[in-house]
Amino acid sequence: MPLEIDIEHIAALARLDLTDEELERYRRQLPAILEAAARVGEVAAEHVPPTSHPVSRTNVLRPDEERPCLTQEEALSTAPAGESGRFRVPRIVEAE
Amino acid sequence: MTTTDAYATVIGLECHVELSTHTKMFCGCPNAFGAEPNTNVCPVCLGHPGTLPFPNEKAIEYTIRIGLALGCAIAPHSLFHRKNYFYPDMPKNFQISQYDLPICIAGHLDVEVDGAVRRIGITRVHMEEDTGKTTHAGETGRISGAEYALEDYNRAGVPLVEVVSEPDMRTPEEARAYLTELRATLLALGVSDVRMEEGSLRCDANISTRPIGQSEFGVKVEVKNLNSIRSLYRALQFEERRQRAALDDGVRLLQETRHWDEHRGITTPGRSKEYASDYRYFPEPDLTPLEPEPAWIERIRASLPELPSARRRRFEASYGLEPTQAALVGTDAAWASFFEAAVGLGADPRAAGNWLTGDVAAHLNDARVELSETKLTPSHVADLVRLLADGTISSAGAKQALAEAFASGDPIEAIVDAKGLRQVSDASALEAVIEEVIAENAGPAEQFRAGKEGVLGFLVGQVMRKTRGSANPKLAGDLIRARLQG
Amino acid sequence: MMAADGAKDSWLSDLSAHELTDLLRSREVSAAEVTEAALSRVQAVDGEIAAFLRVTEDGAREAAAALDAAAAGGEPWGPATGIPLALKDVFTTKGIRTTAGSRILEPYVPPYDATPWVRLREGGSILIGKTNCDEFAMGSSNENSAYGPVHNPWNLSLVPGGSSGGSAAAVAAGEAVWALGTDTGGSVRQPAALCGVVGMKPTYGRVSRYGLIAFASSLDHVGTFTRDVRDAATLLGAIAGHDSMDATSLEDPVPDYGDALRRGVEGIRVGVVESWLANEGTQPGVRDAVRRSIDLLAEQGAQVDPVELPHSDYALSAYYLIAPAECSSNLARFDGVRYGLRVDPGGDVERMNRATRGKGFGDEVKRRIMLGTYALSAGYYDAFYGQAQKVRTLVIRDFDEAFGRFDVIVGPTSPTVAFAIGEKANDPLAMYLCDLFTIPADLSGMPAISVPCGLSEGLPVGFQIIGPLLGESVVFQVAAALEEAVGVSERPPLAQAAATSGPPQDA
Ligand SMILES: [Mg+2]
Ligand SMILES: [Zn+2]
Repeated sequence: MPLEIDIEHIAALARLDLTDEELERYRRQLPAILEAAARVGEVAAEHVPPTSHPVSRTNVLRPDEERPCLTQEEALSTAPAGESGRFRVPRIVEAE
Repeated sequence: MTTTDAYATVIGLECHVELSTHTKMFCGCPNAFGAEPNTNVCPVCLGHPGTLPFPNEKAIEYTIRIGLALGCAIAPHSLFHRKNYFYPDMPKNFQISQYDLPICIAGHLDVEVDGAVRRIGITRVHMEEDTGKTTHAGETGRISGAEYALEDYNRAGVPLVEVVSEPDMRTPEEARAYLTELRATLLALGVSDVRMEEGSLRCDANISTRPIGQSEFGVKVEVKNLNSIRSLYRALQFEERRQRAALDDGVRLLQETRHWDEHRGITTPGRSKEYASDYRYFPEPDLTPLEPEPAWIERIRASLPELPSARRRRFEASYGLEPTQAALVGTDAAWASFFEAAVGLGADPRAAGNWLTGDVAAHLNDARVELSETKLTPSHVADLVRLLADGTISSAGAKQALAEAFASGDPIEAIVDAKGLRQVSDASALEAVIEEVIAENAGPAEQFRAGKEGVLGFLVGQVMRKTRGSANPKLAGDLIRARLQG
Repeated sequence: MMAADGAKDSWLSDLSAHELTDLLRSREVSAAEVTEAALSRVQAVDGEIAAFLRVTEDGAREAAAALDAAAAGGEPWGPATGIPLALKDVFTTKGIRTTAGSRILEPYVPPYDATPWVRLREGGSILIGKTNCDEFAMGSSNENSAYGPVHNPWNLSLVPGGSSGGSAAAVAAGEAVWALGTDTGGSVRQPAALCGVVGMKPTYGRVSRYGLIAFASSLDHVGTFTRDVRDAATLLGAIAGHDSMDATSLEDPVPDYGDALRRGVEGIRVGVVESWLANEGTQPGVRDAVRRSIDLLAEQGAQVDPVELPHSDYALSAYYLIAPAECSSNLARFDGVRYGLRVDPGGDVERMNRATRGKGFGDEVKRRIMLGTYALSAGYYDAFYGQAQKVRTLVIRDFDEAFGRFDVIVGPTSPTVAFAIGEKANDPLAMYLCDLFTIPADLSGMPAISVPCGLSEGLPVGFQIIGPLLGESVVFQVAAALEEAVGVSERPPLAQAAATSGPPQDA
C-alpha cells in the first residue's frame, strides 16, 4: 500500500520553506524510503521491548551546585539581532 | 431566563510549579528571579549546538516530595520525553518533559469547602523545564500589534513540576479551595515559593458544562492567564455562566483555549491548537531513565513536614477549634505558626482563633495585605486575649488596640495606656463619678429607684461618657444598682 | 639540529604519533617542527584534497611554542603532547568558527569547547584545523557538505567516504597525525576504510558527546582516526571517561588500552558474519581482502567460525527511522533566533524560522528532517519509531547471543572501496547502503574498529572488528594482531609525492 504523505503539512511542522522542486522531490522520495524502512514492522513483535538507549544506566543526576554562566555580552555574541540585553526576533503571531 | 439548576460543572486544574532549587534543571545556572536579562544563562540553557542536559538531583527529590505529599505512587521507572514545537522562548524548540511515564502517579488532595472535606484526585505529577520570557515590543506592548519581540532566557531551564488534577471539582469554590490547598501544601514542603504574581505558581483550568444526569463530559474549555487564586475563581464563575447561557440558547460550545482578561472580567478566545498539538513526543535520548531507590523515597517520606490537612485535624482535636476556624488558621503555614505562637504565649486557643479569623482577617482583607506583611505579632494577639479576659480592656477597647497595633506595632499594654483604654475597674474611683451622674440625672435615677430597670443602661452610658469609655460598664452598673436600690 | 624549513621536515608528517613521541621526548625534534611539517603538508596537498574548512595555523604555532618552552623547563611529554590534530567541524571550539558543514552555522563562533577537544588540548595535542564533513554528519561520501566535497587522497576523483571524510582524508594524507570524527551510522569506520586509515568507534558513552553537534543523540559516537592501531589506543585513552556535562557518558574506569596491543590472538574466538561477505553489494575485491585477513587471524591461532546476526538486515531500516526522528528534533534549534544564519523575508517569526531553515539546510538534511518529522507525527509513531526501537532490541539481542560464543565479530567495514564523486549523489537509497555493515554496532552501542587490510584495485579495504560493550581492549588486541600480520600499509600516492625528503641521514 503506497504511503500518502502530506508533504506541505510535514514541512510546516518542521518549519521548512521548500521550493516547488523540493516538494516534488520529497513527495517522490519519502514514500520510497519509508516503505523500505517500514520493513521494521515485519519482525518487531508485540512482546519485544523498545530500546531508546544503547547502554542502560539509570539515575544519572548532578548535585544542585552552581557553575559559571556566560556574561550577557557572551550570551548575545552569537545573536543575529539583539537589543538591550535580549535576543530580538520578528513579531510573534499566534495561530488563530 | 436561565435554567441554572439544570446543569453541572466539571473542573480540572493543571498547575505548574517552579521549584526553588539553587540551579536550573539541566545546567548549573542560578535559578533566580529578577536578574538582568540573559545573565543566568550558559551554552546549555541557551540551547547551543552540542550541549547536553544533566538533571539536577534536588529537582527530582522535590518532585518526589510533592508526589508523596499528594499521596501519589512514585514510579519505579520513569522517562523524560521531548515535546517538540517551535516557540522563540524555547531555546531548543523542544521542551524536555514527561509523557507516558511520569515520576508520580495517582494521588489526591483533600480540600475543605464550607466545613466539608472533598477529595480531589491527582492524575500525575511530572517534571519539565520552564521557558524563557518574551517581551512584545512596539506601540501597544501587547502581542497583537507588536512590531517585534525580545527574548530573555534567564528562566529557560528552571525546573518546573506539573500537577494535573482529575476533573473532580464541581464548583469554582472547590477549584479555589483546591488551588489554595495545593499552594499551602507546596509552601509547607519548602519546594517552591509559589508566588503566583511572579509566575512561580501558574494554573490553567479545564471547565465543561453538562446537563444534570448526563454522564459524558461536556465540551472542554481551557482557561489560561490565571495570575491569582482570585482570578481563577472569577474566571471560573464567568465561564460557568457563559457556558450555561450558551447551552440555554442552544449555542454549540467550542473546544478551545480562552484567555482570562482580568480588567474586563471576561474570558476571550485564545490561540487554537490546530497543528501545534502534534508534539511528536519521543524518549529524550540524552537522558537516562529514573529508577529511584526505595530507600531514597523512604528517606524523603520521613522528612515530610506536617501538611495543612493534618494540621487542621490537629487544631480541631488539640485546641478545640471549629472546622471552619481550623480551616482558616490551619491551612496556611504562616497563619498556623502565628496562631500556635500566640497559644504558646498563653492565649486561649479558641479566643486567639476568633481574633485571627475575625478582626485580623477582616483588617487584612480591607488593607489587601498578607499577615506577614503587617507589624502584628503573636504577642499582640496573646496580650489582647489576656487583657480582655481579665477585664483590663473592653472588647471595644480591644478592637481599637488591635487597629493601633497594626499601624504602629507597639506593644498592646503600651497602646492601652497611651490611648487610655484601660477600664476603670476600681470601685472607689468610680463612686465619685456615679454620685455626679445621679445628681445631674435626678429624674431617671428616681425612675430606676422606683423599679424601672430599663433606665439603668442610660445611667451606665452617662458614666461611660464621663469616663470617656474607660469605666468597666458591668462594674458601673453594679455600683449604681447598689447605690439606688441597695 | 633540524632545519626549520617545512618542506625538509615533511617526512615527519608521515610518522605515527608514537614514533613522533619518541623523537619529541628525546628532543630530536621540537613541537614547533612537527607543527610546521603538518602545516606545510596542508599547504602542499589541501588545495586538491579540501580536507580542511579552516586551518588554525596561528593557534597551532602558539601552542607548539608554549609546549617547547614548557619542555625546556622540564615538563614531561605526554603521549598526546605535540601531536598535530584535526577536528571534524562538528566539535565546538571556543572562539573558532564551527559550521558542521552547514550553511545555517556559517557565522557561528561557539562560546564553549567540546569536552574531547578540551581533553586533547590539555594533553598537548596541537589543533591544525577543522575538517570538512557531510552537513550535520549526514552522509557517506562527504558530498553533502555546504562547502564542497573532499577528495580521496588515493584518487582525487573519488569520495573519501563520510560523514567524517575530511578527518579521514587529512590523516591519510599526512595533514594531521590523528583526528577526531563522529560515527552515527558508520561515519568514522567507513571513511577510514575508504581512505586506508584506522577508524575506531568506542562503546556508546565511552567518550563524552558534550560539544559534539548532535545528529542522532542515541547513535552519535565520538571516534578516532589514526595511522595505526597503537595510536588509536593512545588517542582513545586520552579522550575516554566520564564527563560531568554528559549524563550518558559512562563512569566505568578507562583501562590502559595499550596493554592489549601485544597479546596476540591465540585462542581468541572470532565470529565471521558470513552474510555480510556473501551480500550481493559486497565487491569481490573487498570480499577477498577480508577473507585473506580472516585467514591471517586463523594462522595466528584465532579460532574462527561463522556467526549469524539474523536481524542485521533490519538494522538499516531501523536506523533510517531512528536517526531522522532524533535529527528532526535535534536540528529544531537552528531557527535564526540565538545563533547562526538568519534569513528574514519580513513578517512574523514563523516566516523567519521557515526561511532560515529552508535556505540554511541542504538537501539531505531537509530530507531527513522531513522523514523524522513524519515518523514521529501523530498516528505514525508506533508504526515507525516504535517498531524501529523494537528492532534495535532485536539487533542488540543478536549481538549479546553472539558474544556468548565469540570474543569479537568481524566482517567488511564497507561493501565497496571508494567510489566516484557524483556516482551515488542522486540516489539516497543507494547511498544509505554504504552503511549496511557499520550501522548494527551503532544501534547496539558496541565498540568497533576499521583496520586497513590491503588494497583492491589499488584502493584500500577496511576490516571491521566489533567487540562487546566496553570491550575496547579486545578490539584493539585483534586489530593490532591483524595490522601486524597484514604488514606495513601502503601510503596514498599523494602523501608519497608530498614527502619530498626522508629523515636526515645523520639522525
Ligand atoms: Mg507542562
Ligand atoms: Zn544554563
